[in-house]
Amino acid sequence: MSRIVIVGGSLGGLRAAEALLAKGWEGGIVVISAERHPPYTRPPLSKGLLAAAPDIAAVELRRRPETDAVDWRFGVSAVHADLEARRLTLSDRSVIAYDGIVAATGVRPRRLPERVTRNGFTVRTLDDCTALRPSLSQGTRLAIVGAGFIGCEIAATASALGCGVDVIALDRAPMVMPLGEVVGAAVQRRHEARGVKFHLGRSVRTVDSSASGHILSLDDGSRVECDVFVEAIGSQPCVEWLEGNGLDLTDGVECDNSMRMGGRSGAVAVGDVARFPNPLFDDVPRRVEHWQMATETAARAAATLLADLSGTPAETKPFRPLPWFWSDQFETKLQSFGSPALGERAEVLEGDLAGEAAIGYHRGKQLVGVVLLGMPKAAPRLRREILDSLSLEPA
Amino acid sequence: MIISVDLDVCQNYGQCVFAAPEVFDLDDNAELVYQAEAPDSSRGEIEAAVTACPVQAIRIVG
Repeated sequence: MSRIVIVGGSLGGLRAAEALLAKGWEGGIVVISAERHPPYTRPPLSKGLLAAAPDIAAVELRRRPETDAVDWRFGVSAVHADLEARRLTLSDRSVIAYDGIVAATGVRPRRLPERVTRNGFTVRTLDDCTALRPSLSQGTRLAIVGAGFIGCEIAATASALGCGVDVIALDRAPMVMPLGEVVGAAVQRRHEARGVKFHLGRSVRTVDSSASGHILSLDDGSRVECDVFVEAIGSQPCVEWLEGNGLDLTDGVECDNSMRMGGRSGAVAVGDVARFPNPLFDDVPRRVEHWQMATETAARAAATLLADLSGTPAETKPFRPLPWFWSDQFETKLQSFGSPALGERAEVLEGDLAGEAAIGYHRGKQLVGVVLLGMPKAAPRLRREILDSLSLEPA
Repeated sequence: MIISVDLDVCQNYGQCVFAAPEVFDLDDNAELVYQAEAPDSSRGEIEAAVTACPVQAIRIVG
């Protein structure tokens, strides 16, 4: 029987399996998952789940009944794929021969250098969340290195639990890459109003750890004392197992618009690990670490893979998904549509930054992204405006 | 087909509205409203709405 192997058993891997089955794949499917848990949803790990008690039952993804036939292999990871020979070597030294392959290995947290410290927590997996949770209680002094979305969500969650929170980051404003400085600063003020302290433009030089806690020495000579600290300084795509195949792995695996890795037949990638061009914006391949994009790329990748394996032409319609993500920080519900990071200028379209607001991001005449602070009612209309603008206005 | 949404879980993010606009909508208060019964011809869109929901609030129950 022919076989598709999916490397990665999180959202992207699950959605790829579901899409393959929904599109009529009748061969076998094997899913290789480095984690010991069934597929679960990660966004709550830095939000509600961290505030409550971490529990797989609260985050496990519902799986369509058809996926019962999938051969799930948990607690084992891919060591090397030979795309030419179509053979995958696993960490238990077994080798799987396959016909088609889906890369869904996602990302792992970037870490502070080991010479600086090995004592920080990260929040990427359920086990990470379970390990950190007991340390957070009323009066805990928590330091967070990094002011991206994960860092800011953990700051808000821990602050609401009664922790004293310091955030240290190189950036000028929290979430500056995806939101820009003006909106980042507006969200920063909301955090500061709840007692979160920011140390921006600063990096951690050394960490002195003892039984009484940690002292983080920053590059301006200041010190942050804490009981526990979290490293939230971004992520690294898990691509080592794809080395030796002549693929471009500089930032995730480069894919074509059909999600084929390096344009190879029978080999596709989905989710956080895939760097692909989105003609909605331009022809530059980019990774998109959004929850929703795992599902969208999985659907496209599954269609491509089935076409390749059956020797029929792949879908010719361009794959142009509109990125979307959300974040909850204190009472602020933030949503982002499109790619605000591609904007050259940001302007408040509606509302005001101290309350509810819609912020538009323009590249030339194009509206490339919208961020909503609250204002859920405006979402369908502004989403439509982005799509119209990107179709009508030249780049 | 019969659709059920757990409104205690729903965060009104509206992803289902984009996936299946004939079944799901946001009302004037930006809160979800939906048709509990839909024709089988909408199954594809409704399944897309189920997978698009970031909080798994939607179920096809019959």
